[in-house]
Amino acid sequence: MDLIVLLAIQVIYAIASLALISVGLAIIFGMMRVINLAHGEFLMLGGYAAIVATSHGVSIWIAMLVVAPVVVGIIGVIVERTIIRFLYGRMIDTMLATWGLSLFLVGLTTAVFGNTTVGISAPLGSFQIGAYRTSGYTLFVIAVALVLLGGIFAVLRWTRLGLIARGTMQNANMAAALGVNPPRVYAVTFGIGAALSGLAGAVLAPVSGVFPTIGVAYVAKSFITVIGGGAAILTGTVSASALFGTINQIATFATTPVFGEVALLATAIVLIRLLPQGITGRFFRRGL
Amino acid sequence: MNARARNLLGLALVGLVGAGFLILTPRFAELDTVLDLTVYMIMAILALSLALVWGYGGILCFGQSAFFGLGAYTYAIAMFNFGESTIPLLLAIALPAAFAALLGYFMFYGRISDVYLGVITLTVTLILFNSVNSTAGPEFHIGVARLGGFNGIPGIPPLNIPGNKAAVIDLEGMFYLSTAALLVTYFGLRLLLASRFGRIIVGIRENERRAELLGYDPRAYKLATFTIGGALAGFAGCLFANWGNFVSPTIFGLAQSAQIIIWVIVGGRGTLIGPIVGCIGVQWLSAALGANQPSGSDWWTRVLANAPLILGIILIAFVLLVPRGLVPTLGDLGHWLLRARARRVATGLRPKQAEEG
Repeated sequence: MDLIVLLAIQVIYAIASLALISVGLAIIFGMMRVINLAHGEFLMLGGYAAIVATSHGVSIWIAMLVVAPVVVGIIGVIVERTIIRFLYGRMIDTMLATWGLSLFLVGLTTAVFGNTTVGISAPLGSFQIGAYRTSGYTLFVIAVALVLLGGIFAVLRWTRLGLIARGTMQNANMAAALGVNPPRVYAVTFGIGAALSGLAGAVLAPVSGVFPTIGVAYVAKSFITVIGGGAAILTGTVSASALFGTINQIATFATTPVFGEVALLATAIVLIRLLPQGITGRFFRRGL
Repeated sequence: MNARARNLLGLALVGLVGAGFLILTPRFAELDTVLDLTVYMIMAILALSLALVWGYGGILCFGQSAFFGLGAYTYAIAMFNFGESTIPLLLAIALPAAFAALLGYFMFYGRISDVYLGVITLTVTLILFNSVNSTAGPEFHIGVARLGGFNGIPGIPPLNIPGNKAAVIDLEGMFYLSTAALLVTYFGLRLLLASRFGRIIVGIRENERRAELLGYDPRAYKLATFTIGGALAGFAGCLFANWGNFVSPTIFGLAQSAQIIIWVIVGGRGTLIGPIVGCIGVQWLSAALGANQPSGSDWWTRVLANAPLILGIILIAFVLLVPRGLVPTLGDLGHWLLRARARRVATGLRPKQAEEG
């Protein structure tokens, strides 16, 4: 019984962390059709921002929840203005340029921080489930994911910003004719997507540690989550995270973490073969 | 000079330069230079495999290194088990080709669009990297060959002359073999692209729907292109395993995949000579930058000796500024200069007339 509760928490945690690392990418890809291969490096920068801030005496909560998203959001806007905006509509070229950006950022952080893992210890201690102990931080990650997804839903559904964003996503020319400035919407959207990635990277930093090439570990997982999810940003991310997270965690439990990851990636390939439009291309089509 | 004559001239030039390079280098260069040049030749074959798949077939494959690595590992494992290199060499070509065919079947017959194709090939590369990386324990072995996990497989026996186990190919022989293989690959691909098959795959790249309406099945042609690319990459992997007598999972890695893409984009998509030039140029550049590392403590040397940083800047700069790559852009520039001269010659008299009048 205790084992089942523990396993359930682990599965929900796997789902939450997948959703967390993918949601920034889902916004950028879903709204702008931009494949950002530097996404993993945005997460990595979020982690570094949080660690540098805490080492300068900022409280860990502020470092993770405020400093990291602001820093990475600003980096995101700079990237959009200097690179991405010249490449709209050229998907393959965007992919290549952001891959170049990803290599560049890896190189830069290696030069600045060195090629070692830095960590911050996870706050919140641990708690007891029957005979097992698990970290309280796990629950915090799950809570952050829930709040974040709820917040994005609220913004997209009920605010003017969300309306403008959804309108531009559906038909940029029409939105422009109605007085919206699409380039600005794109810049803001890219910034918000980057900020969310920074937040996710910072929140996961105490779990995984941070090193310059950690982005590679994130980027494939978040991509297949977004593509497996399909066109609807939130429903897609949540449903794909639920599917992949469950499979990953159960396979991990049965074998080793590495083969859990392999099972996840293999499932994704089969899923894309069966549902090329992603889960929301077939199910939950009216989702947001 | 018409296009046909130019084409033949280009071929003759490549043949001459290649043959000269093949014969003269070991006579005039030091052995360590020859060793460095050998790996450039091997990587150039890898670059050609992506030049075919991406540049001519229009299939953006982020995972060409998967086939490369698979070829290298297949050769290593088979070599330990057989001890004679003919079958391992053939397996190192056949197995990556079969894997490419299987993967291609999933992708092309699933009608997955370009962009997703990139993501899937990337994912497959990561799967291979992760799986091989985690096979360090002694329980992971195929026949007598231990997989070694992140430690890699050291001490791979070199190739030998088919049928004669004792006649192993030495370092100089490796250079001749790799360079000759590169030349054969280059001319083979030229021949392939000039054939009916080559015309059709370029047609599909330009407009898949139109090619389909004309009665060609793009899925089958793409699958064939992808499989040939996989076989070539596997062959390059086999040569690579020979060159260093060592393979490790990093050859499946993303950095390796990124390099191949950069070679092709720097040299130029839609050419064969471009990716070879790009490959050799970029490798030479990273080697030169990496070598300038006297202390390693100074900030600037750390930046300059930093391959990802430099490669990243190169990739961004080329996508933004020279999206077609060096060789096509230089070709255009040459054309433009020739035509500008022709114009000057044609209009050269007019200003004088104006002065007189």
